[in-house]
Amino acid sequence: MQYLLLIYGGREDNAPAADEAAIKEMMREYDAFTAMINESGEMQGGNALQDTDTATTVRVRGDETLVTDGPFAETKEVLGGYYLVDCKDLDRAIEVASRIPDVRNGSIEIRPILDLSDRR
Amino acid sequence: MNAGGAVERVFRQESGRVLAALIRGLGDFDRAEEALQEALVLALERWPRDGVPDNPAAWLTTAARNRAIDRLRREAKRDDKEAALVLPAESAPAGDDRLRLIFTCCHPALGLETQVALTLRTLAGLTTAEVTHAFLVPEATMAQRLVRAKRKIRVAGIPYQVPPDHQLPERLGAVLKVVYLVFNEGYNASSGAEVVRADLCAEAVRLARLLVALMPDEPEALGLLGLLLLVDARRPARTGPALVLLPDQDRTRWDTTLIAEGATLVRTALRRGRPGPYQLQAAIAAVHDEAPSHDTTDWAQIAGLYAELARLEPSPVVQLNRAVAVSFVAAAGPAAALALVDAVAADLDRSHLLHSTRADLLRRLGRTAEAAVAYRRAIDLAGTTAERAFLHSRLTAL
Repeated sequence: MQYLLLIYGGREDNAPAADEAAIKEMMREYDAFTAMINESGEMQGGNALQDTDTATTVRVRGDETLVTDGPFAETKEVLGGYYLVDCKDLDRAIEVASRIPDVRNGSIEIRPILDLSDRR
Repeated sequence: MNAGGAVERVFRQESGRVLAALIRGLGDFDRAEEALQEALVLALERWPRDGVPDNPAAWLTTAARNRAIDRLRREAKRDDKEAALVLPAESAPAGDDRLRLIFTCCHPALGLETQVALTLRTLAGLTTAEVTHAFLVPEATMAQRLVRAKRKIRVAGIPYQVPPDHQLPERLGAVLKVVYLVFNEGYNASSGAEVVRADLCAEAVRLARLLVALMPDEPEALGLLGLLLLVDARRPARTGPALVLLPDQDRTRWDTTLIAEGATLVRTALRRGRPGPYQLQAAIAAVHDEAPSHDTTDWAQIAGLYAELARLEPSPVVQLNRAVAVSFVAAAGPAAALALVDAVAADLDRSHLLHSTRADLLRRLGRTAEAAVAYRRAIDLAGTTAERAFLHSRLTAL
């Protein structure tokens, strides 16, 4: 069985940033977790996301592509899957997202991947 | 000439152009703003002594660019990063950077209020304090909103480019709407004691002129500028001690130069044969502006233009305006208009415009008691003191 594990962070976007030491400790714990599921052979892939402030939501209704700021999915819309894509800019990501079939009934949220290489 | 004042004026005029070029070169809004700020400090020091250069924009761009390169070098050294330093490109690309800038600022992935704020801040060169005044929000809130917008542009990868042709109609609509909203907020200030915010009207006209200069083949850009000029032309007659509506305005106080320019723009745009909402609204404004009096206005033509506008862009507000025109057409009159208004009453129940329009039609039909109820409802919903005062005077005159 394959499972997608969704991480709902406990920190509010607008809360003051945690201090350097706390971030380092958190990163260390994540590294340990990643190593654990790598060793067990269960790791399929994963990424950290940029915060919801950077999110963009796409919907297609009829002929119209509706692009909005933010992650505002309606409550009846539930997470049904994900694609990880590498696009040249947000305009291309919107174009790609607007072709996912569920965009016509639900919505696709686009979130940039957070590059963690600077934080180690 | 006062050199400090000259620097400020040139800066206000040129900062959008300079900033747009710097953002392309540096690939970052914040770095570009920082560099421009440093160039301004240098200009304030040099220009009073050496005189204003022949091409102030080029001077500012070069000075800012040099400051940015110095800073990047210092940071590269401090962070001990080897040669990761990318220097801003020297070559000028085809087209105007300001067009890239406005399409980036008005990207639909940013919220509408953010689009307006970012456009005023970067392209129009308003300070954060001035943008704050336009929105009537605390300065810290506005500063935070601008910081967040610039971060989203960077982190989410909003491209710094004019959209390709197949996306242009949709994206141009967003750009025109931002300029239209700036003007509207100036002309019908939604809150506060002032009825008209002349500063915002002037900024919107300046931005619309820029769009026409950058996209002379877009009839809707011509239409928008025409519309703003034709409406702005009536501004001197619109405010006195109190708000004066179109039928009661002293038409000799209208600005005939603006009317002539606006009307020419509308005709030029409509000749392209691609009518759109801004062109039609401008055509309506032109019919009003060229009429010698309220009674001699060609109301049938205005009602026809509104019907066409309602077809292109169906909205309750357009229907409401159409109803007003219909009420003055001899063959139709206030009773026919009231039926049109009642058809959109549910949609616009929270708008004082619906109730003041109904009140006026009922008054003209001699249904005084119903008119009074509608005026009172309009007064409850009106946003500015001047509007409330106007509606009160109508109510007491019943």
